[in-house]
Amino acid sequence: MAEFRLPANSVVKQGKHFKADTTSPNMRVFKIYRWSPDEGENPRTDTYEVDMDKCGPMVLDALIKIKNEIDPTLTFRRSCREGICGSCSMNIDGSNTLACTKPIDECKGDVKVYPLPHMPVVKDLVPDLTNFYAQYASIKPWIETQTPPPPDKERLQSKEDREKLDGLYECILCACCSTSCPSYWWNSDKYLGPAALLQSYRWIVDSRDEATGERLDELEDPFKLYRCHTIMNCAKACPKGLNPAKAITEIKKLIVERRGG
Amino acid sequence: MNDRPLSPHLQVYKLPLPALMSIFHRATGVFLTLGTILLSIWIISLATGADNFDAVRSFIGSLIGQLLLLGWTFSLFYHLFNGIRHLYWDMGKGFEMKSVYTSGYLTIIGAAVLTVLAWIIGYSA
Repeated sequence: MAEFRLPANSVVKQGKHFKADTTSPNMRVFKIYRWSPDEGENPRTDTYEVDMDKCGPMVLDALIKIKNEIDPTLTFRRSCREGICGSCSMNIDGSNTLACTKPIDECKGDVKVYPLPHMPVVKDLVPDLTNFYAQYASIKPWIETQTPPPPDKERLQSKEDREKLDGLYECILCACCSTSCPSYWWNSDKYLGPAALLQSYRWIVDSRDEATGERLDELEDPFKLYRCHTIMNCAKACPKGLNPAKAITEIKKLIVERRGG
Repeated sequence: MNDRPLSPHLQVYKLPLPALMSIFHRATGVFLTLGTILLSIWIISLATGADNFDAVRSFIGSLIGQLLLLGWTFSLFYHLFNGIRHLYWDMGKGFEMKSVYTSGYLTIIGAAVLTVLAWIIGYSA
């Protein structure tokens, strides 16, 4: 049963306010979720004032500036800073996205930054993605074959078959979609979620893969696939502009079609 | 490990219109199910005599009764149109975010227009 409220240990309290000592006319306020396993206290939101005249345009720029100049204890994941690694996914201004590609200008009022929703928090903006990765592994994200490869060449694919992977292979597994999905919030123990299902479809439609039937068998389950109710938060959130909801529907269609429906 | 807090979800997520419409689809479904109880009571009252029928009729004619009927009318048309929207999605069509919003607006406007029409017809009959 879905639990709409936060557990007692997860209720967010008001935190510290780091006032800026400059008087720039171009200040922005950042309210950032904080929790440390070492303090034994509830999470809180700390408030930071950042001078936009001395900060890059993206939310990640501000986070790095805060960590470097105001509060070195602020913890978050980041790496490529150009939207290809998927490390800095978080909830910014009420939606999941990548901090590195989210312009601060697009946020209204105070910039509110939280970890990806409905996830166990390791520290501050770092969620525990263990279950998410285990679900990804469960869909066997590799090519499965029964026939041996041709002796003199690679397993080839027509241009048309290759095009079927467009809109799927670009997924960077940032988890923005899965953690935006209310169905995933309430059933992440059994429902695979949009990211793992989009990845699963990526292998199902791959003309070189020979385990389509087994892959569909695995997904034909009341929870793994069918907890998707086309809420569309996944496609709305995806920072790469992909459409997991459509991929999920394509899987549902394949399962119906193979029954001769 | 078990002390790890759960990150905020409904508390912080700005649910986009399609998500709100999804919740409303469920809510109208539940509301319509309750409506069938009143419909049953109304039919049963018809079979059990004029006094009972009058009692149900006066409840339906009261302000609360009329508001409930208005809610059920809108719920019926909303659930119908949004159901068609879901069938369309089930065929793998209309998944681009722009289409999702367009079909959403059409559902809301269509349900509102048909509700008004149904009440105009109902009162002029």
